[in-house]
Amino acid sequence: MEHLERLESESIYIIREAYRKYKKIAMLWSIGKDSTVLLHLARKAFYGHCPIPLVHIDTTFKIPEMITYRDKIAQEWGLKLVVGKNEEALRDGMNPERGRLDCCTALKTEGLQQIMAKHEFQGLLMGIRRDEEGSRGKERYFSPRNKDFEWNFKEQPPELWNQFQTEFPAGTHVRVHPLLHWTELNVWQYILHENIPVIDLYFSKNGKRYRSLGCAPCTAPITSEAKNVEEIIEELKNTRETERSGRAQDQVDAYAMQKLRVRGYM
Amino acid sequence: MSRIQETLKIVIVGHVDHGKSTLIGRLLADTASVPQDRISAVQRRCTEQGKEMEYAFLLDALEEEQSQGITIDTTRIQFHSEKRDYVIIDAPGHKEFLKNMISGASDADAAFLLIDAQEGVREQTRRHASILKLLGVRQVHVVINKMDLLDYDQESFDQIVTDCQAALANAGLVARSYIPIAAKFGENIVHRSSNLTWYAGLTIIDTMDALTIEHSSHDAPVRLPVQDVYKFDHRRIIAGRLESGTLKAGDEIVCWPQGTRTRIKTLESWNLSEPPIELVQGLSVGVTLEDPVFLERGTLITNSDAPPLVGTHLTANVYWLGRNPLVMDRRYTIKITTQETSCEVKTIHRVYDSGDLSVISVEGGVPANFVGEVTLEAKQPLAFDPFAGVPETGRFVLMDGYEVCGGGIITGLAGEQSTDDHQEKEKSPAGAAKPLVLRKKLKRSIVVNQ
Repeated sequence: MEHLERLESESIYIIREAYRKYKKIAMLWSIGKDSTVLLHLARKAFYGHCPIPLVHIDTTFKIPEMITYRDKIAQEWGLKLVVGKNEEALRDGMNPERGRLDCCTALKTEGLQQIMAKHEFQGLLMGIRRDEEGSRGKERYFSPRNKDFEWNFKEQPPELWNQFQTEFPAGTHVRVHPLLHWTELNVWQYILHENIPVIDLYFSKNGKRYRSLGCAPCTAPITSEAKNVEEIIEELKNTRETERSGRAQDQVDAYAMQKLRVRGYM
Repeated sequence: MSRIQETLKIVIVGHVDHGKSTLIGRLLADTASVPQDRISAVQRRCTEQGKEMEYAFLLDALEEEQSQGITIDTTRIQFHSEKRDYVIIDAPGHKEFLKNMISGASDADAAFLLIDAQEGVREQTRRHASILKLLGVRQVHVVINKMDLLDYDQESFDQIVTDCQAALANAGLVARSYIPIAAKFGENIVHRSSNLTWYAGLTIIDTMDALTIEHSSHDAPVRLPVQDVYKFDHRRIIAGRLESGTLKAGDEIVCWPQGTRTRIKTLESWNLSEPPIELVQGLSVGVTLEDPVFLERGTLITNSDAPPLVGTHLTANVYWLGRNPLVMDRRYTIKITTQETSCEVKTIHRVYDSGDLSVISVEGGVPANFVGEVTLEAKQPLAFDPFAGVPETGRFVLMDGYEVCGGGIITGLAGEQSTDDHQEKEKSPAGAAKPLVLRKKLKRSIVVNQ
């Protein structure tokens, strides 16, 4: 079996497991490459159908093209899309200048918290990967969050032989991470192999492209000539820069992502 | 050198402070597998904290791990040699974090057991060896680290090798090689050490490159545990992962524990230019069947020539992780692939410490980090294999309440006669006629599998 096929099969197994275990389950779609691959894998797991609703957390600071792409794909693929916004924090004028980590927590974490509560979702599929940054490297495939959304990274359930702890005390929701074992390079190789349409912000224009997508004020493009998927794969094979080097919130302090994620960030 | 197209998963285990994270950090840095800005960030952080460059920080990313200088949770990270790609799994060495170590090691293709040359074989060295044996990791290499502290002395190395061989033999393991290194200085990891010229064997990277993934053979028994049944587009698709063997349309299959026979009608797919002709081990698949037979999540589909063991009683070796010991007269949940049912411990035959292998009384049950040789009684009949025959359907986890508290490997079906009696007396949920069928299959399957 080819490596990509092995990765795909492991992910499909986890997606099917989550769909079977949770009546109320959603998939987080950030419009980025990872969650779009996750969406494709779900359609593959269910033979062209996506029986799981998608949740998009709109901070209103997203790069505008992302919203256009989101609505186009949702319509073409017949997806059930739920959009969440932390209206209260937005009315109150929350923005990155008030502190990037506070802004991420209010508009993303709390925005997600509100939509999870409203729809009573027990499970949430997400496209995070271990190689993205250190604290994600410590994640489980089925990762519980308590009612306050906290991640108890010191007491994680054991996962062996693809047996996952899927049931938890009431009030817990479970983050399911089917792409945990993929790398950035794997994701692009798979996009090429499966011909998955990704947003063109990833492709170089005037010598710049986005390597990781987020909110406009906190996301910077990188210098790159990679104009298509093949060229991105070549570029990644030779780069020694990290994927999230253009994401400002990661650089706020040495353990920024751990601090955000303990409070329920993606 | 031509590159190999598969990714090998390697777990690094060993006693706390024997240098696992340092070895991995060094592997990443010396093979240029980690982005420069990540190394610079660690360098900066170490300077800020007034320390020497700590390669372990590349993996021990949590604040608590860095301030205490320990690995709390398992991490995996990709790296590459000139020959192929690897996933390196760093597993914690502390006793309190053994369940994290097991999470890391459970799907490894190979293991490197690290030993501090000054300390020799220690408690977690032995425990990790027992766990590797239990998990079925067959390719094990031993790495003797910190040779610099012993002035690179060959005699001291030979002594550690002798001690270690004895410790591993007790756990039922044989190491394929012993490699002397000094991880801190990158000696014998990627670059050969000029201080260890008496060592004629391979460096770590060359040892890794010489490893192979041990695939089961093409004619291995077919094992497809049903994960779910979907009704999309007027088709009834049976979904699951093919744990062993291969499947084609038209193949005769049997659904267990009922023992119902039918044939594979179609192999399902989506977004493939050509539909699959054959399904191979490890694939998440979907099939439709010739007949509308009853099956559900947990049903085990096999080929007709190699049926599984079927019964309610099984013997097993269980590695226990629970806060409370594994005891008789308490309900647990057993999960074998997608089968899940309530069970209890019928007999505890023997209990021993996975660290020093000392045997204790069976009276108090099986405490955490001990291994119990037990007979389990499941509420519903289960279909399974001895671990030595088909590992994927020969292992299970036990849940106590919500928590996964133990992992076990099946050694066999317990007391064939008593199992049958039990089924006849206590009914099979599928109806009165079933136990007869079961018993017939059962006898044949034992012949095939043992």
